[in-house]
Amino acid sequence: MRKLSGAQILLEVLQEQGVEVIFGYPGGAVINLYDHLPDYSCRHILVRHEQAAVHAADGYARATGKTGVALVTSGPGATNTVTGLATANMDSIPLVVFTGQVPTPLIGNDAFQEADIVGITRPCTKHNYLVKKIEDLERIVNEAFHIAGSGRPGPVLIDLPKDIIAGQWVKKKSVQPLLKGYNPTYAGHAGQIQRAMQVLFKARRPLFYVGGGVILANAASELTELACRLNMPVTTTLMGLGAFPEDDYLSLGMLGMHGTYRANMAVTGSDVLVAFGARFDDRVTGRIDKFAPDAKVIHVDIDPTSISKNVTVDIPIVGDLSDVLRKMLAVVKSSPEAAELCAAGHDEWLKKIANWRDQHRLSYEQDDVIKPQFVVEKISQLTRGQDPIISTEVGQNQMWAAQFFTFTRPRTWLTSGGLGTMGYGLPAAMGAQVAFPGRLVIDIAGDGSIQMNSQELATVVQYNLPVKVIILNNGYLGMVRQWQELFFAKHYSSTQMNHAPDFVKLAEAYGALGLRARTPAEVEPVLLQAFSHPGPVVVDVVVAAEENVYPMVPAGEAISNMLLV
Amino acid sequence: MKHVINVLVENEFGVLSRIASLFSGRGFNIESLTVAETEDSSVSSMTIVTEGADHIIEQITKQLNKLINVIKVVELSEAVQMAREMVLLKFSINGGPKRVELLSLIEIYQGRVLELGPRSLIVEMTGERAKIEAALEVLGPFGIKEMSRTGLVALARECGK
Ligand SMILES: Cc1ncc(C[n+]2csc(CCOP(=O)(O)OP(=O)(O)O)c2C)c(N)n1
Ligand SMILES: [Mg+2]
Repeated sequence: MRKLSGAQILLEVLQEQGVEVIFGYPGGAVINLYDHLPDYSCRHILVRHEQAAVHAADGYARATGKTGVALVTSGPGATNTVTGLATANMDSIPLVVFTGQVPTPLIGNDAFQEADIVGITRPCTKHNYLVKKIEDLERIVNEAFHIAGSGRPGPVLIDLPKDIIAGQWVKKKSVQPLLKGYNPTYAGHAGQIQRAMQVLFKARRPLFYVGGGVILANAASELTELACRLNMPVTTTLMGLGAFPEDDYLSLGMLGMHGTYRANMAVTGSDVLVAFGARFDDRVTGRIDKFAPDAKVIHVDIDPTSISKNVTVDIPIVGDLSDVLRKMLAVVKSSPEAAELCAAGHDEWLKKIANWRDQHRLSYEQDDVIKPQFVVEKISQLTRGQDPIISTEVGQNQMWAAQFFTFTRPRTWLTSGGLGTMGYGLPAAMGAQVAFPGRLVIDIAGDGSIQMNSQELATVVQYNLPVKVIILNNGYLGMVRQWQELFFAKHYSSTQMNHAPDFVKLAEAYGALGLRARTPAEVEPVLLQAFSHPGPVVVDVVVAAEENVYPMVPAGEAISNMLLV
Repeated sequence: MKHVINVLVENEFGVLSRIASLFSGRGFNIESLTVAETEDSSVSSMTIVTEGADHIIEQITKQLNKLINVIKVVELSEAVQMAREMVLLKFSINGGPKRVELLSLIEIYQGRVLELGPRSLIVEMTGERAKIEAALEVLGPFGIKEMSRTGLVALARECGK
């Protein structure tokens, strides 16, 4: 049988796995791989920093549901992936990241550009591998894709010593990986589901609490159908935005630290709380003993470790969200009377929620300086019906994007929720734009965060990825400044960004279009110009410097204890 | 309360480090950990002794199960565990009545003298943890010069106590 090099075996397996694009950056340890790359159909996007390669693969994965792939060299190339891996790991995003490594005989010798990347990334990957023998290569790559994309998804790293890539071996027919210790539970337990539905049917003040798991499981339509059939109010986490249409009257918007008043009040007042693919994160729950204090908790998740980790769960259901939701819908359909009674049985509750909504809507006052919320609202209005993909950086920009953009569809929202990684938005948008060249992809950015990966403007220009970066430029590391204002007597220590570049010129320097809006009247025309421009655009929007994100639950407080505008 | 957890893992490099980093990264404590190959050389068995409230132990077993290289996790309750620990002790002691006294105590604890030198003594002792602890308390005053303990190894017994 014909022997292939390790590099060729790897590239063939990627082809079999249906990988369309690799985000990468070359170096000595992977030079053999790069030598063969042009022989394969898989596209390579040359980023400008390895962190961005991983975020781009992550953005691609979130937008498509497929596994994202990145490729970097050993040593510094590998260590530059750590933030990207940790970001994906926290948000359960399927990635396979290949790192070069020094040749096996040199491992452990402090060789040039050696880093123990498997050791370094063990706690921030779902799993990782060092390929020690070329005969294991094909199996490991197939296992990595299997692990990354199944169960609770996550990033998998494969460390490839140079002699493995350069070595020769026979490629076999790929087989379905068999892993003794890995067998995620997909089918939800019918008895538990039945129990849960009986509790739900009898609830007077029920609430669905929906997380990113619903999006990862592609179960948004099942969830929406269940909520609508049973007339259930729905609140989503930051990661769950898009899992339920926010323009529906049953939507309460986001809950948690910067959640809506009605969502947080509804959680606190609920008698049955059903968590779908959410993990009771501290930014959601606030003070844990005051979170849904009167509710029976039903928790559906594919990851058993998420259940009863932070709160005690009354009815746990381990399984794939789409399987469980389908089974729940089947129960609804087979007991139409109970379902009807249930749907009609909590009008009082919905009225109460509507009251909360009327008491405190998300709001801001637009005067003669541009309010950041106004910009996000405009973006939302101007793009309605165009199915845009929104990414964000981290900070106030992220929270305003979450609050003021009306999300109606899954996989249109790319944000670093768990890790809160500044610098995520531009490369993530780039990854999504590679997947969907014809769609409008917008990075809602902050002036601080954008500087963490602005080098990727070169990449989007090179590949003509028409990403729109809208910088809500408040001249501050705004979210930190907000905390300093509220909890540290306005002691703005190191949060003023008084040496930012001229973002319009920065865009131009890279060959992108740079635009600026200074007054409220300029916002709409500038945005429209940006959206209709065929190439990448950076819009510098000069916004009110000291605007705050409200509501806000101070860290560690009960979520019903909100600071309002 | 102490808990004994048996973990079957794939016998691969790096697995021990995954387990150790799971415990340290999540702030779980490890009191002792033993690991060795099983009858199937591709599988290793670990016995971990840890301490924590029930919900912590539940998290530990779930988190262990989540590791790809972990094949099986069994928490051995007091009632079903058959658990033993071995300890090697070196005493620095000359001949004389003190040594006679020490030897007779060792016999009471069913210890075995592995080496008897003019100025020192190496003893092996195996048993349930409580017995080892008791022996150490009684033998301590004789001056333990060095000690090496295995930590607990355990299996589930067929019928509960
Ligand atoms: C990599 C990284 N470093 C530091 C932080 C802490 N942090 C959170 S928000 C924030 C300010 C972000 O500033 P900017 O991008 O201008 O956004 P704004 O809050 O002003 O909208 C900082 C520093 C972080 N989340 N990520
Ligand atoms: Mg800012």
